[in-house]
Amino acid sequence: MNFGFTEEQNLLKDQVQRFMKEACPMNRVREISKSDSTFDQALWQQTAELGWLGLTIPENFGGLGLKWIDLIVVLEAAAEGLGPLPIASQALASTAILACASEEQKASWLPAMASGEAVVTLGLYDEANWIDPAAVTASAKSTDDGFVLQGKKPFVNDALAANYLLLAVQGPNGLALAAVGKDQVTVTAQPTIDNTNPMASVDIDGVEISASDLLPMSDEQLAFLTDCGGVATTAEMVGAGTAILAMTNGYAKERIQFGKPIGQYQGVKHRLADMFVDLESYRSLCYFAAWAVYDSPEELAKAVSMAKGYASDAFAQIGIDGVGLHGAIGFTADYDAQLYLKRSKWARPMYGDSDYHMDRIATLGGL
Amino acid sequence: MDFDYTPDEQSFRQEVRSFIAENLPPKEQRGKNFLGTWLEKVRAKGWVGFAWPKEFGGSDGGLIEQAILKEEMSLAKAPPLGTSMMGLAWVGPGIMEYGTEEQKKKFIPDILDSKVTWCTGYSEPNHGSDLAAIQCKAELQGDHYLVNGQKIWTTGAPWSQWIILLTRTDFNVTSKHDGITCFLVPMDAPGVEVRPIQNMAGDKHFAEIFFTDVQVPVENRLGAEGEGWKVTVSALANERSSIGEVTQLQAKLDDLKTLVKNSKRQGKPASEDPKIRRTVAKFEIKISAMKYNGLRYLTKQIKGEPLTSETSVNKLHRASLEIEMDDFAIELSGQAGLQLRGGDEAVDNGSWSKGALNWPNVVIGGGTPNIQRNIIAERILGQPKD
Repeated sequence: MNFGFTEEQNLLKDQVQRFMKEACPMNRVREISKSDSTFDQALWQQTAELGWLGLTIPENFGGLGLKWIDLIVVLEAAAEGLGPLPIASQALASTAILACASEEQKASWLPAMASGEAVVTLGLYDEANWIDPAAVTASAKSTDDGFVLQGKKPFVNDALAANYLLLAVQGPNGLALAAVGKDQVTVTAQPTIDNTNPMASVDIDGVEISASDLLPMSDEQLAFLTDCGGVATTAEMVGAGTAILAMTNGYAKERIQFGKPIGQYQGVKHRLADMFVDLESYRSLCYFAAWAVYDSPEELAKAVSMAKGYASDAFAQIGIDGVGLHGAIGFTADYDAQLYLKRSKWARPMYGDSDYHMDRIATLGGL
Repeated sequence: MDFDYTPDEQSFRQEVRSFIAENLPPKEQRGKNFLGTWLEKVRAKGWVGFAWPKEFGGSDGGLIEQAILKEEMSLAKAPPLGTSMMGLAWVGPGIMEYGTEEQKKKFIPDILDSKVTWCTGYSEPNHGSDLAAIQCKAELQGDHYLVNGQKIWTTGAPWSQWIILLTRTDFNVTSKHDGITCFLVPMDAPGVEVRPIQNMAGDKHFAEIFFTDVQVPVENRLGAEGEGWKVTVSALANERSSIGEVTQLQAKLDDLKTLVKNSKRQGKPASEDPKIRRTVAKFEIKISAMKYNGLRYLTKQIKGEPLTSETSVNKLHRASLEIEMDDFAIELSGQAGLQLRGGDEAVDNGSWSKGALNWPNVVIGGGTPNIQRNIIAERILGQPKD
């Protein structure tokens, strides 16, 4: 029994934190978010060289052959600085390839993903706030020599940065993932509350793909990939929550009002304590869920729902309290606290909001 | 990260399970002498004071074995391992750390053998949460101290034989944490008067205690004069992981789910009501958070990393669960939920209605939720004290 990180994992965390501070501090995050591509190729190449893009890709496909519990170390630490790098999307896409592709396809995709040469994202559901195979409405119809895609994927994370996309569709024989190049489809940026985490719509209507570019996907595989998305998002919520709590906690020690640091008032210190309690708790649940991805898949669904079900509302409250406890400065665009509040809004519905996860916990728990 | 147990730990778990299977009959089959026999047997196993050093009669049990023992015992809803909860939790450890050789010889075996029950004289009429501000006075007079003052809300005082008592021996101090002295006092000493207080659930678990010219021999002082605060803080730090609480709460959650399955709301199955389902799920998430928080902190302890006051996190979760679960159950059951044990429509023999009045036992005792928040903000987050 050991619910802690290894020496290597702690070193990896230090490495990511150092990288964020040196190569991608918050002024750089803001610049990248405002650029047209919302993507920094040089920074991406550095992350690839550090091995972070191939963490969960098997060694025979050019990766490091590690587990999701290692991956979330990177996601959490990068999210402390709101790193605008599509590492989670890349990891989800490679997980999808490993789950759904043939050995031949794995060999052609995964090494390019580990090296960063291919930037790939995953688009699953087409209905807002609905996690279900029926919420995949885009489709693929058979043609003489392949498939023609129909519909639109309205909510695809990191589609602007990607050069390939894996998009869930209803195929002739059930669910499938259509692998398309960026140049085959029309990607339109969709402004959201959180511009450090760009979202886009992808119009796939009439796009023709070859037969081998449609990977069959079972309902269970869709659910598995959704759960992995939940783990990745929750890990980022742990990192971002850690950062906004640290920022707010520091401010409460320094800001003097009525002759005292505001952290001396229980109205402030008790909110900080509650933020800490919630963060600690969804942190523990997140680590367990990340561990379950490889080591206890039968527990994964419930573990993810516990983690994301807790984190969705808790991190939203942490974002609000983080800004609120700062007072007017927290509301100021030049100050960073507000960026974390935006991230908390962004994360809330991703891969299921708290109601979805609590309903699933009730069902899995026998109600 | 791995959640597996070593073969030794697994065989220990098996040993505990077999022991329970052999020695814990169903409730209705337990005779008058059951508890006495149970206590003797767990004592013979070395499971009373399991973590205590062998030289004091414990078993030097490791952190994981302790967690396993607690988990299996609370899963089986077994009686406690020893009758003096406070004796085992902090009086004994306090004596082992600060006591004289005579005190160790005199008090430790009786705690392990469940011969003596201890209560804890901390709170006073004007000093509950502000524990260090105590006023109960002890004056050295030759070979004894003369104690005068009052304690209140002392849990277990009506049936305890001994009390660990915090007093003030020096009133001229700059810090209120100085000048406090700790004593071990028999409850039948002349001048000790116990007046039980009825709580809102109708029980008389706690009491006020009046000390009038009580003579306490110097040899009953625990630690040096003026060192009482240090003794208290280190004794309270002996509180162990919350694994046992988690299994108890899980069992309670199972009962709650059974109740939901058997209940109707406006004529329809309650289990189909989204609000009810999500409320139960929220309880389940919190209990799981306690479990995995506890395992993370246990891992830290095993690795020898310093724990500050992380246990306050789970105390806050437990407080809200203790209040909300019973409250939810009685609300779910409507008028029937209000009935106490013995009522024709009483739900689960009135256990929920009783629980809805009994939560302060756990929630207020040992530090209120707001005190836990102060502890987290000040000791973990480093905010200035009030």
